Amino acid sequence: MPIDILMPALSPTMEEGKLAKWIKKEGDSVSAGDVIAEIETDKATMEVEAVDEGIIGKIVIAEGTENVKVNECIAILLEEGESKDAINDNDVPAPKAKKSKASKEDAAAAVSQSDASQPEGEEIKDRDILYAQGHVLPPEPFDEASFMADTVNQTVREALRDGMAEEMRRNGNVFLMGEEVAEYQGAYKVSQGLLEEFGPKRIIDTPITEHGFAGIGAGAAFRGLNPIVEFMTMNFAMQAIDHIINSAAKTLYMAGGQLGCPIVFRGPNGAAARVGAQHSQCYASWYGHIPGLKVVSPWNAADAKGLMKAAIRDPNPVLILENEIMYGQSFDVPTSEDFVLPIGRAKIEREGKDVTLVAYSIMVGKSLQAAEELAEMGIDAEVINLRTIRPIDRWTIIESVKKTNRIVSVEESWPFAGIGSEIAALVNEHAFDYLDAPVARVCAKDVPLPYAANLEKLAIPQVHDIIEAAKKVCYK
Amino acid sequence: MSSKKKNTAFKPTKKDLQKFYYDMLLIRRFEEKAGQLYGMGLIGGFCHLYIGQEAVVTGIQTAQLPQDSVITTYRDHAHMLACDMDPKGIMAELTGRIGGYSHGKGGSMHMFSRDKNFYGGHGIVGASTALGTGLAFSHQYKNDGGVCVAYMGDGSANQGQVAECYNMAALWKLPVLYVIENNKYGMGTSCARHAAGTLYKRGEGFGIPGEQVDGMDVLKVREAAEQALDYVRSGNGPYILEVMTYRYRGHSMSDPAKYRTKEELEEQKENDPIEKVKKLLMKEGVSEADLKKVDKDIREIVKEAAEFAQESPEPDESELWTDVLVAAQ
Repeated sequence: MPIDILMPALSPTMEEGKLAKWIKKEGDSVSAGDVIAEIETDKATMEVEAVDEGIIGKIVIAEGTENVKVNECIAILLEEGESKDAINDNDVPAPKAKKSKASKEDAAAAVSQSDASQPEGEEIKDRDILYAQGHVLPPEPFDEASFMADTVNQTVREALRDGMAEEMRRNGNVFLMGEEVAEYQGAYKVSQGLLEEFGPKRIIDTPITEHGFAGIGAGAAFRGLNPIVEFMTMNFAMQAIDHIINSAAKTLYMAGGQLGCPIVFRGPNGAAARVGAQHSQCYASWYGHIPGLKVVSPWNAADAKGLMKAAIRDPNPVLILENEIMYGQSFDVPTSEDFVLPIGRAKIEREGKDVTLVAYSIMVGKSLQAAEELAEMGIDAEVINLRTIRPIDRWTIIESVKKTNRIVSVEESWPFAGIGSEIAALVNEHAFDYLDAPVARVCAKDVPLPYAANLEKLAIPQVHDIIEAAKKVCYK
Repeated sequence: MSSKKKNTAFKPTKKDLQKFYYDMLLIRRFEEKAGQLYGMGLIGGFCHLYIGQEAVVTGIQTAQLPQDSVITTYRDHAHMLACDMDPKGIMAELTGRIGGYSHGKGGSMHMFSRDKNFYGGHGIVGASTALGTGLAFSHQYKNDGGVCVAYMGDGSANQGQVAECYNMAALWKLPVLYVIENNKYGMGTSCARHAAGTLYKRGEGFGIPGEQVDGMDVLKVREAAEQALDYVRSGNGPYILEVMTYRYRGHSMSDPAKYRTKEELEEQKENDPIEKVKKLLMKEGVSEADLKKVDKDIREIVKEAAEFAQESPEPDESELWTDVLVAAQ
């Protein structure tokens, strides 16, 4: 029986890839372990090895074909003694037509209303102090629409990289350090090409010792450098959390303002796909808890670039909580190098009048999808993309609740002391009289993240969970 | 570039000896006064005194160049005095007053001075080593010819991040001099009970040379520091000095030091670093009266610092909210 050779997955999140090159041609015999082809995703290149012994009977997918789905048949292997005639052409699935690369991402982006009106904002003196005292302040003014006139479509991964590269060109004291950031081009390819442009002095591979290199980064920042410390995932930053909090966040205060720590700590946060409990935690409420830190969490590519640039320019320690699943998704990103998002300003992604959905990171996309489905049920949801966890944009949340009288917080983190708890307290303190229903929270289930696909899906908030919560607060 | 340490003995001039005597005595008198103020309830929380260890920081600091940076643990008053920070500002920080280096918001363990290249004062055991390695990274990045002197205690030397930083410092040839102030106790646990092997040898696996130095003799510390700093400054990467010393007082003010005997303490006091220099100075013809005059001058400086620390007001209540973040431009 001829054997189908299938398109392999390079990572748990890979859905499709490019068949870059055939190493073997039709008629070649192969043994198990021989490299037969090379496949590529935007993250990595990998060799495909033969699993069985035989002769390449037919190449189904030509080299250079993009968007080949995982598990699609790419070639047929004949066992010893079988002739090419054994291949029944009707059994070979026809290669699917080349799909437009951005179609899926377009669908995600389309649900964001680019024309949603945004708060005007206000310049406020001593904003940080008033914020610490609990005041609800209009965010800084920012005319985002003007930047959206000239955009380029790119992935979140590219946007993060370009944000770093632009700031590195602008300021010689900015450097990137972390595991696999240089020669490997980034474990998730976020730093692709940076070593080539900036050299090994500024793009620095570290050993796998998070505690040590986070401390080295903080010490370098004390003397005026602007390090970007990448954690391969934020889970590993638990090894380094003492330096993030005790060294980076608290020193300015302990020094009576004399010595600050202008540093960026960044990396993917939250669940990826099927990577188990130790690689899947969301740290938004951990870092959001700490005075002296700023914490941002981009959803789309424009957020990613605008917040990256803001974080690097900020004179304080800033955490960027990225998301691995979002890295490969594409969105429109302003081309202007002056596109620097104000930290502390949320964005209204979709205007609505019936219920407010407030989310950050990957949950913004899920909330927008929920809003589309809710619209079909006659519920007009407003979706707020927080962008910043700390200082959270209290004003935009409260003003929205005043309008909709109902709010659902959506996050990938656990419920206890999560960002949703903070939002519930905020609304209770400042908009209690406007509420027509209790604040609802959509969170991860209160368990370590399971590996099994079905259980993982149950543990992480899904679109239907958001819809159910929204319906509940609307009493529908 | 020398890759090996030179073996030239340090020959102090009379002026050197006078400086050592002055610097060490200032530390001792300052710490004695801090102990008194603590007893009077004017200093709160933690207060870790340096009495007995004066030769360590004095021998090293006097061998440094102006561009070098210093970072240490929470037993930090002496390092600040050695960096030429103002005793008034240090004492006022101990009393939690606005005139303190951190406006009263840091306390005994947390003071900093960019002007004097002093980067704290850190309360987490082991943290100063990683931060100091980062300061060294910045010297290398800026190519400013500076070396970071990163102090740790024998207790810190066991921390995992210390090994992590030895690795990176050696790998990247960072200009850092690690100084282990081995006062024989990590809080109340003796070295024999908390540390396997010999602390300075822990760099060997990373290719970092090191040596043990008699920390009760300022001349020996100075000699070792000069050579070690020369080695590091020449681009050879890190070096470890394990300086064997002894603190006369407890770990902190609240420590009755029951884990060691009176005899052990008395024996160590016989080996006092300040007395040693005093004898050398007298050999050089300095009179008892001259030395008394120095002591009197120092006592006056310390008295003024203590007065300032009591007269300086507590921080204004508005200070509670400032310095959490730097306002973005």
